[in-house]
Amino acid sequence: MSLHVNDLKVHYRTLRGDVHAIDGVTFSLEDGEIMGLVGESGCGKSTLGKSLIRLDSQMRHVGGTVELDGRGVPIADDDAMVPLRYHEVSLIPQYAMSALNPIRRIGRMIDELLRARGVRPADKADELRRRLELVGLEPDVLRRFPIELSGGMKQRVVMVLSTLLDPSLLIADEVTSALDVSTQRSVAESLVEFRDRGYVRSMVFVTHDVSLVYQIADTIMVMYAGHVAEKGPADSIVSEPRHPYTQMLLSALPEVGSTSGERLQGIPGTPPGLLDPPTGCRFRARCPMAFDKCAERPPLVETAPGHWSACWKTGGE
Amino acid sequence: MLELSHVHKVYRVGAFGGGRKRAVRDVGLTVRPGEVVSLIGESGSGKSTLGKMVLGLTRPTSGRITFEGTDISTIRGFRAEKEYHRRVQGVFQDPFSCFNPIFKAERVLTMIRTSYFPEVSDADWRDRVVSSLRTVRLDPDNVLDKYPHQLSGGQLQRLLIARALLLDIRMLVADEVISMLDASTRIDVLNLLADLKERGLGILFVTHDLSLGTYVSDTTVILHKGAVAEMGPTRKVFDDPRHPYSRRLLSCVPQLHRSWAEVDAELAAREPEPVRLPTLVEGEDSAPMVEVGEGHFVGADQG
Repeated sequence: MSLHVNDLKVHYRTLRGDVHAIDGVTFSLEDGEIMGLVGESGCGKSTLGKSLIRLDSQMRHVGGTVELDGRGVPIADDDAMVPLRYHEVSLIPQYAMSALNPIRRIGRMIDELLRARGVRPADKADELRRRLELVGLEPDVLRRFPIELSGGMKQRVVMVLSTLLDPSLLIADEVTSALDVSTQRSVAESLVEFRDRGYVRSMVFVTHDVSLVYQIADTIMVMYAGHVAEKGPADSIVSEPRHPYTQMLLSALPEVGSTSGERLQGIPGTPPGLLDPPTGCRFRARCPMAFDKCAERPPLVETAPGHWSACWKTGGE
Repeated sequence: MLELSHVHKVYRVGAFGGGRKRAVRDVGLTVRPGEVVSLIGESGSGKSTLGKMVLGLTRPTSGRITFEGTDISTIRGFRAEKEYHRRVQGVFQDPFSCFNPIFKAERVLTMIRTSYFPEVSDADWRDRVVSSLRTVRLDPDNVLDKYPHQLSGGQLQRLLIARALLLDIRMLVADEVISMLDASTRIDVLNLLADLKERGLGILFVTHDLSLGTYVSDTTVILHKGAVAEMGPTRKVFDDPRHPYSRRLLSCVPQLHRSWAEVDAELAAREPEPVRLPTLVEGEDSAPMVEVGEGHFVGADQG
């Protein structure tokens, strides 16, 4: 068991009160597992990814524990997290394309970053070149400035950079969202390659695109309004989703080539505000199957091996 | 209704405008009433430039764009442009930045009245507003007295379409209208476009997302480096892509229920009869097309 998150609660402090962005999230990740984390904007997926590596000043750890390779991860303690960052847990941030320092040559920037983490750049130089080659970049890019690279190239530089110290857990936050489809495919496939070669042990791939995550992930976790709706093997989430939210979300996605003329249906309503979230199941107000019991929060239960769902109708018995 | 023939656009680039950047190369297409034409392309393919030229926001370097028989480059002056925009409107990608944050929704719609319909009576105007909001499936009581930040992205996008509908338009340019929306509300906006199409509007639907492009459209135009790579009835283009670029593009789209490896195998198994692609002549601007099926054209391979 590589990563174990138990009942994690992270809130955002605002002037009007706490926003319950993550409200009791429990899941675990096996060694070598790529988990796709999907959900709509504001469901807490990026917050979850971020809170595993660094809480910013507005985020507050309210409860729950995170364990990586059998050791506790002190996510609330910023100083205690420092030795873990980059070595054990690493991140490819959202908009990684603009994450590079524009006034440093890429090679120098990587050297500085390694030194800051107590690693001698010379020890990693050969490995760096090998990995750049693996993702299809010339070692020449190290002498260039970020502005000289295309979006896809920058994304690949950041990928190599983030995984250079072989972290146990990699959080990839919307890494392919800003890329064109053909570049998107090659970047996504390189991530799988990194896992296969053991550069990263396990990965959380945060995205809003279910069909992309289906291409690369072993398991998919669906979040809704700060709660986990469903987690299971990618195949069974896509072909037989249990939770009504997942079902409706998937049926609202148009597919390439389906021009049969039949109309798809969206999900009426909007997600609840998380400043003062409703009690019970958070999908209740938009769910066609809701009944009295939904006023109580449904537990996340295992309905099939490895397939967890939080709904009274599907996992109640 | 809308006709583009041999449209080119060359931008001046560089500090003093000394450089030249060809954004659109020899594009010809038509949009008929009640037809949705999808313009699909990756970033830098010229799809948004085409949309802007149709809206009259930028002029083509050469070529003709005609709308209902009038060459739109002859439309000059404030009055004439206003008259044109009564019939042709655009809706853009980011609904959040299209609204004045200190104006309530009602005021946004009232501005249409003051500039286009000063003679309409209050009651009559109120009816028009309510009916156009109902068309886009928004509840007037719920929306009209709200500020933009109180509405969701999907609601704002529909409000923009409602605003365009007040003008009794005949042509809508929808530039990436759903890219910013969540999956669950995205489909509502797409369905709305399909409703408008049934009312006889011509829609130019600009997108980078192939799966959204197929959902509503009748005709698909795939752009590559400013020129048309493949163009034809949506069904034909997606079931039987003939241009190497469109085949590559289709093989990269992530699909639900089918993995990339499966799609690759399928495309390889259905190798189409080879097409002799036209070639671009060095030093010439034209981009020739070859007809491979009824109404199905392919353009030159630009690598």
